[in-house]
Amino acid sequence: MLGKLTWQAIPFGQPIPLAVGAFVVFGMCAVLIWVAAKGYVPYLWREWITSVDHKRIGIMYCLLASIMLLRGFSDALMMRSQQALAFHAAGYLPPEHYDQIFSAHGMIMIFFVAMPFVIGLMNFVIPLQLGVRDVAFPTLNAVSFWLTAAGALLVNVSLVIGEFARTGWLPYPPLSELTYSPGVGVDYYLWALQISGVGTLMAGINMATTILKMRAPGMNYMRMPMFCWTSLASSLLIVAAFPILTSTLAMLLLDRYVGFHFFTNEAGGNAMMFMNLIWAWGHPEVYILVLPAFGVFSEVVSTFSGKPLFGYRSMVMATMAICVLSFTVWLHHFFTMGAGADVNGFFGIASMLIAIPTGVKIYNWLFTMYGGRVRFSSPMLWALGFMVTFVIGGMTGVLLAVPPADFVLHNSLFLVAHFHNVIIGGVLFGAFAGYTYWFPKAFGFTLDERLGKAAFWCWFVGFYVAFVPLYVVGLEGMTRRMQHYDRPEWYPWLLVAGVGALIILCGIALQIAQLTISIRSRERRREPTGDPWDGRSLEWATASPPPVFNFAVLPIVADEEPYWNVKQRARAQMRLVTAEPKYEHIEMPRNSPVGFITAFFAVLTGFCLIWHIWWLVVLGLVCAYISFVVFAWRDEGEFEISAEEVARIDRANREARAEYLRGLAQ
Amino acid sequence: MGASPIASKPVRSLSLGVAPLLLGGCHLAVLSPAGPIGEAERTILLDALTIMLAIVLPTLVATLAFAWRFRASNTHARHLPTWAYSGRVELIVWSIPALVVFFLGGVAWIGSQELDPARPLDSSAKPLEIQVVSLDWKWLFIYPEQGVGSVNQLVVPAGVPLHFQITSASVFNVFFVPRLGSEIYSMYGMMTQLNLQADRPGIYPGLSAHFSGDGFSDMAFEVQAVTPEQFSAWASVVRTSGPELDDAAYHGLLKQSQNVRPYTYRTVQHGLFDDIVMQKLPPGDGPSMGEN
Repeated sequence: MLGKLTWQAIPFGQPIPLAVGAFVVFGMCAVLIWVAAKGYVPYLWREWITSVDHKRIGIMYCLLASIMLLRGFSDALMMRSQQALAFHAAGYLPPEHYDQIFSAHGMIMIFFVAMPFVIGLMNFVIPLQLGVRDVAFPTLNAVSFWLTAAGALLVNVSLVIGEFARTGWLPYPPLSELTYSPGVGVDYYLWALQISGVGTLMAGINMATTILKMRAPGMNYMRMPMFCWTSLASSLLIVAAFPILTSTLAMLLLDRYVGFHFFTNEAGGNAMMFMNLIWAWGHPEVYILVLPAFGVFSEVVSTFSGKPLFGYRSMVMATMAICVLSFTVWLHHFFTMGAGADVNGFFGIASMLIAIPTGVKIYNWLFTMYGGRVRFSSPMLWALGFMVTFVIGGMTGVLLAVPPADFVLHNSLFLVAHFHNVIIGGVLFGAFAGYTYWFPKAFGFTLDERLGKAAFWCWFVGFYVAFVPLYVVGLEGMTRRMQHYDRPEWYPWLLVAGVGALIILCGIALQIAQLTISIRSRERRREPTGDPWDGRSLEWATASPPPVFNFAVLPIVADEEPYWNVKQRARAQMRLVTAEPKYEHIEMPRNSPVGFITAFFAVLTGFCLIWHIWWLVVLGLVCAYISFVVFAWRDEGEFEISAEEVARIDRANREARAEYLRGLAQ
Repeated sequence: MGASPIASKPVRSLSLGVAPLLLGGCHLAVLSPAGPIGEAERTILLDALTIMLAIVLPTLVATLAFAWRFRASNTHARHLPTWAYSGRVELIVWSIPALVVFFLGGVAWIGSQELDPARPLDSSAKPLEIQVVSLDWKWLFIYPEQGVGSVNQLVVPAGVPLHFQITSASVFNVFFVPRLGSEIYSMYGMMTQLNLQADRPGIYPGLSAHFSGDGFSDMAFEVQAVTPEQFSAWASVVRTSGPELDDAAYHGLLKQSQNVRPYTYRTVQHGLFDDIVMQKLPPGDGPSMGEN
């Protein structure tokens, strides 16, 4: 009846997972009970859970990423403390538990922190920057989000019921095959990613379509803000690369569930095929994450330097060059698997070529600052921290692209330090820069700057204290994923790295404090004009938070910085220079619970597949199909906002802006 | 689990651990190689690093200098609020990284040819053949010319080229002796090759550099480089005692075990390594009990 699921699946004998699991379960229950007791359920259902508004969905993506960051970071703290204790000793985490922790840490940080954060920012920002009302497929957007959340939920269920994969963040066969990993851990990994992977692919299609087909009148490609360009490149990469991931994991699933032999040791399986396939997705994935971050930095550096982005055309070319080149370098992830000298040399050089457009970007940000008036607000601090850190991470990356250097550094903690150097310094700093930059746009009030800057400094310093030691132990020959060791020369560095993790913990605590305090004092922090940073692109032309329809009338774009130019004229004349438009009614897509319902059945089906509860799998799939059909047969997809309502909302914002301009006159 | 936790361990190990750091000992294994391959790789590593630092350091300084110079409160700095294009600057920012990569690409291509792990070393001495099999979770070393074998212990003659043939009996691992140089994967049904040499007698720690399961952390072994005479003497001593490695003994090795103490085999069945590579012998068993 319940497949493999028995009471033994709950780790009663292991105090640490049990305590952590219980803590998470009680925490979630407490939140749900609090929400229900306060009577927020109808509000949440109406305004958020069933929302198809790209802004709400973007915010939910970022919230999901932030929660999962806490989970992934707890894993990081456990790993650092284990290695700080495990010199000539067993530490406190036995291998079977430690192995799950580093696997979960990597998988969660990439798929459920970096990805949702980046997609969340794209969701929120792109339609606003393009001057349109929503993404191309609003309901699909909600489905994408909820499927991602479904994957994240499955990963967390594995804390309490069963176990997680013990194979590393990428389940390399043959270790991940049934012979060597008979438990449900790898199945949790695979089904969580299959479900969220579908969501990611649909999000990529949605974003690419939005950018290619839905821009404000007059906004041709060379007038799009840089964030839209990098998001376009990233979305195209998602569309091209994620199907590879899904099919590779599907092959592994076939091996594990129905006895196929794609990657097994026996019967002609070949694990090398997995390496090639997974990295054919895996390397573009790196750029899927970092390109939108580059976009954020382009917006931030330009805004806070008070100048247009330097070398816009170069930046576009560099972005698209990275987009193409990212598919030609996958083999550098396994120079040491016995490829010939020519093959290694080719992929080494191809990997280095990516450093050219990336270097160009760094210099263009540099020259964007040149001749500007740089304001060191917290988004700009993240951007500067990024520029310094990313250059160093890029340098160690190019070092690893030299095959003979890789022969002694591959899989070492030097490599671990390198990719944290570019992922924390690039993607995460970018996510935080975007979060602090667009938060006032999303909620209409500003975040506390003092705490924000303190958080930045903790992250920045903490990063170096945590990862410079890992570069050193990597050069000392320490390999990754060691549960214990007996080499005295590694030990002091691992202690220092542990201190670094604690400094980052302070940074996270400060970020939580910043958010809490800012929300509690939000009335004081209201920002009525909708343009707190003196922004340049169209998202700053509307109110904060933007109305559901984004723009009362779609903006007409005549140059690269339409909003900035209008604003300059308004400033010069100290009054609004655009006449009140003729307001018309606007049709917007209706909310729909289809995303939430689909995700519910996806979790059910995924869970039952993991535990071999076949009858429930069938039931889940049938229900998912029914909900899809019911949605497809809906009668009314849209609702109308009257011209008076549009006028009322827009006039309030126009008045706030006029007020600000009158203030200039005095 | 082999090692047992003792309450006072962390305190004592702290003093043990800090000592070498304070002595400033150069313990960077990868940067203090004991053989020609490791040495060549160190040279390439440091060369590449130097070439890159030549542009990375100025870039870092310029980032901070530009940010500071053009801070909003500095009204003396040039103000160019609309300056966003300069053909000359663009040319420079594309050429600098391109030239560096052009240069480094040459280093990578030549280095990749010369240090190809499968390429024999330039040496007048005849290389010693060693066959390596990674098992769950220990290393088997076979000396086909001497007809002996060992587990978790690799004795080699110093100053003689070593030719390794490497495979796996179960999951992926990586054969890596940091002070000798290049690492390479061991993979079931596949054979990789590696050529190394230890220039001086000494003890060089080796390990698996690819995660392979619960017993992975104990897949460490010692490379004992000795004089060629000592090596011959060792081989003849090994031939006189210890177990034999035949099919039956190999099936025993396929069972998962952790933290295995080093020992030697008096004889190794002829062609055993080829049988493993050609999959005539079965792969490792995996966990003995189907865990949940």
